[in-house]
Amino acid sequence: MEFFFSQVLSGIASGTIYACLALAVVMIYQAIHHLNFAQGELAVFSTYLAWQMLEAGLPYWIVLLLVVLLSFGLGWFLQMVVMRPFQNAPMLSNIVVFIALFTIFNSLTGFIWGHDIKTFPSPFGFGPLVENLGISRHQAAMMAISAIILTILWAFFRFTRIGLAMRGAVSNPVSSGLVGVNVMAITALGWGMASAIGAVSGLLVAPVVFLEPNMMLSILIYAFAGAVVGGLTSPGGAVLGGFIVGIVESLVSTYVPVIGAELKLPIALTLIIVVLLFQPAGLFGRRDIQRV
Amino acid sequence: MALTDTIHTQAPPTLKAIIGGLIAVAAIAVPFLLDGFQVFQATQVLVLAIAIMGLNLLTGFSGQFSLGHGAFFAAGAYVTAFFLTDGSFPYVGAVLIGGVVCFILGLAFGFPALKLDGIYLALATFSLAVAMPQILKLSILTEWTGGVGGLVLMKPEAPQGIPLDADQWLYFVVLAFAAVLYCLVTGLISGRTGRAFLAVKDNPLAAEAMGIRVTNVKVLAFGYSAMITGVAGGLSALVTAYVAPDSFTLFLSVNILVGLVVGGVGFIPGAIIGAIFVHFMPTAADSVYQGLQGVIYGIVLIAIMLLAPKGIGGLFRR
Amino acid sequence: MFMKRPLAIAAIVAAMIYPGIASGQETIKVGNTMPYSGPGSAYSEIGKVMKAYFDKVNDEGGIKGRKIEFLSYDDGYSPPRTVEQARRLIERDKVLLLAGTFGTPHNLAIHRYVNMRKVPHLFIGSTGNAWNDPKNFPWTVGWQPNAHIEGKVYGSFLAEHHPNEKIAILMQNDEYGRSFIAGIEEGLGDKVSNIVSRATYEATDPTIDNQIINLHKTGAGVLINLSTPKFTAQAIRKVADLNWHVVHIVPTAAASASQVMQPAGIENSQGIITAAYLKDPTDPRWKDEKGMVDFRAFMAKYAPQANAKSVFSVIGYSMAQATTYVLQQAADDLTRDNVMKVATNLQGVELPLLLPGLHLENKPDDVAPIKSLQLTRFEGETWAAFDPAKQ
Repeated sequence: MEFFFSQVLSGIASGTIYACLALAVVMIYQAIHHLNFAQGELAVFSTYLAWQMLEAGLPYWIVLLLVVLLSFGLGWFLQMVVMRPFQNAPMLSNIVVFIALFTIFNSLTGFIWGHDIKTFPSPFGFGPLVENLGISRHQAAMMAISAIILTILWAFFRFTRIGLAMRGAVSNPVSSGLVGVNVMAITALGWGMASAIGAVSGLLVAPVVFLEPNMMLSILIYAFAGAVVGGLTSPGGAVLGGFIVGIVESLVSTYVPVIGAELKLPIALTLIIVVLLFQPAGLFGRRDIQRV
Repeated sequence: MALTDTIHTQAPPTLKAIIGGLIAVAAIAVPFLLDGFQVFQATQVLVLAIAIMGLNLLTGFSGQFSLGHGAFFAAGAYVTAFFLTDGSFPYVGAVLIGGVVCFILGLAFGFPALKLDGIYLALATFSLAVAMPQILKLSILTEWTGGVGGLVLMKPEAPQGIPLDADQWLYFVVLAFAAVLYCLVTGLISGRTGRAFLAVKDNPLAAEAMGIRVTNVKVLAFGYSAMITGVAGGLSALVTAYVAPDSFTLFLSVNILVGLVVGGVGFIPGAIIGAIFVHFMPTAADSVYQGLQGVIYGIVLIAIMLLAPKGIGGLFRR
Repeated sequence: MFMKRPLAIAAIVAAMIYPGIASGQETIKVGNTMPYSGPGSAYSEIGKVMKAYFDKVNDEGGIKGRKIEFLSYDDGYSPPRTVEQARRLIERDKVLLLAGTFGTPHNLAIHRYVNMRKVPHLFIGSTGNAWNDPKNFPWTVGWQPNAHIEGKVYGSFLAEHHPNEKIAILMQNDEYGRSFIAGIEEGLGDKVSNIVSRATYEATDPTIDNQIINLHKTGAGVLINLSTPKFTAQAIRKVADLNWHVVHIVPTAAASASQVMQPAGIENSQGIITAAYLKDPTDPRWKDEKGMVDFRAFMAKYAPQANAKSVFSVIGYSMAQATTYVLQQAADDLTRDNVMKVATNLQGVELPLLLPGLHLENKPDDVAPIKSLQLTRFEGETWAAFDPAKQ
């Protein structure tokens, strides 16, 4: 039983990594109703910006603030300049543009900063939070920061006019436009916020996995899975989804004989798809109704 | 929101026949005009075009899509390679078996895919693409798959008495497959099944109301689509004479999708345009500035989507 | 700015089909494939440094007055692409030989083709064990000792010096890991039962913390860590976080002081053992040695953008030197046959950055040029000589 709990705990540890980026995934989904495949690469790019500033000697918290602002600006810029013409384009065109953004940022990061792994500092340290619990201080801080972002998002969607407008703009862009909501600005805001959250997740993940251009590639897959299983319309669900993915993955690799360790990701993904078959909007999401 | 803008083809029949004839003549002339390496490249492009055509059948005509068609490509390649390792099995047969296996896999995947749409289908197919290399590396399957090292094959030679070298011969083998599959796809689309495909794509609920069994049509579309892409995979195993998990990563699936959209969704000849783009663009970008390959590739891709929202194929059909 | 559209398309297509071809009559063409893009991009440093080295050779007069033209193409770390690029090199560019082509599956993909074409395929960047098979593949010559040999070194070391410690193994789930294991088991001999636990990871795993925690629980006193650089660094740090005092062995491919140990933390890396064949550029033992001084001067002049502390740079430098040596020896008769004659009869060829006591040595029926490795241990800032007998 103790062994079981330790597996769950280590699943939670990796779950925190997924949960952070899953929040960015949910944010962008709220704004544009797509999964942005470039989300991870944008986050990596932001993290490198932060690394560069830290190298220059700026204090960590200033860097965090600057990078969040810069990333917000980058997201805003991408929507206003690159994505704008694709507002009403079919879904596959959007996916292809995301793929293009992915290759652009992946290649640019490698070109500027090289492919060697880099150490990224954590202001929280790596010592154990509580002796023998297996959760480090940094991981605990990741959970706390995720919780903070989550609260902010919840309040944003629940109480601010813009947040409510964003939900409206996505579910019905035409009539939102008619009632005077600036759909374009709202979408750009969504991009900005998603990039900012992605930057925070990059800064939190990098100390654990080391910074390199492909850092987020596989994490993004887990984050998608977490966001989808939790429900793409629910930030809280996405965080929980991230943890669920981490725990399922950890348990699969330990308890499924023969192929478990080698196929934990595919098995975890299959389980998620099975969940979706019965709960199509994810565990905590709401389903859009389709009309003829 | 519409998944895609489908391009509906309406060219006069005589013009169509003339263009078709010219293309056929050009396609047959290719291996005699180009050197061995170019013929090899042309063959690779054709293989990729077949894979894209498979995805086109699914996306352009039944409205579903897949970010994981590389998985069927891989399955077709490995099944083909498996039968060819001892060198005695006829390779065309091996490719066909690969296609049949992928048809079954496609049907099997088509059922759960039915209940998923949009984002959820994206995730499910994406997962398939991620899972495939790991499955191919599985240690309990090493005996059949060769693990990470993969399987090395013999390249088929032209039969006795045909004055073609291996590259030229293989080009014609692939071209024959491409022609047959092209006819199959156009036949499917213009036939009853195709009209059902289109109805399902344009409005699944309405199609249901009209008495089309949406379930059957969609699952079948997945099966055919996977089969065609699987055949392409089998042919790729012949062309490269080697299969390994690293040949079938997520990026292969992405390439097939990009090729589809660049060529034009729903426009079958667009597959060849998409294949040319996906195959040559990275090298071209690399020659512009080594190191910034991805940046150049991405910018060109965005430019294409801006200038030709229906793909390059769409430009021909205004 | 504006070209007419068909013209523009034609130009693009032409650029796609004929990427920059430049050739003089007198150059010696050496071909190479590298993952300049894609997941293996970190390794492309090898190709960049090779190119720089040939620039240096050319500046110094080339090979008997003939310049070397080093054509290194991107394969995106995808084997089918390697096949295409190898064919481009051989059939279109008509290279004399291929040197330093990178990656195990990637070289396997072109193995049969280059041998059928009878093109020298020298000094391959791979730990695979297929490259010493002159009977079936007479045109292929490998480079570093393969994973099996390296595993055997660790196995015999442990059997002799840590015969009573339980052994835990972390490995990437692939051939690389498995041929290592076979070597380790052979080296351990009757101590093979010391291996108590094995954990695998996939290249797509974000972290390997989970695996390390599970291995730690077995109470093993030895950890053999057969991972790639990023995961090696993660493992080193996790082992330190867990306060796990263990004899920690890492493979030579992941033992770069500047790329793995420094990111993982110098203090966490103390006492780690590996088996090396090249000098680490950060090792103070070689700091003032001529070979290393020359290397640093070369890097500063010809490859200022590359990392002079990286082991990949040392590998590229040494591979290019070996290739240059072969070309020089074969210079009077630069045919592929003669190149192979030289490349399979290397005798006591000194390379400045091989560890002392090692040199290139092969013969036609045993073509592997580097046959042994030396155990070294991480002390202070870098690797240091290590004599297990004196422990």
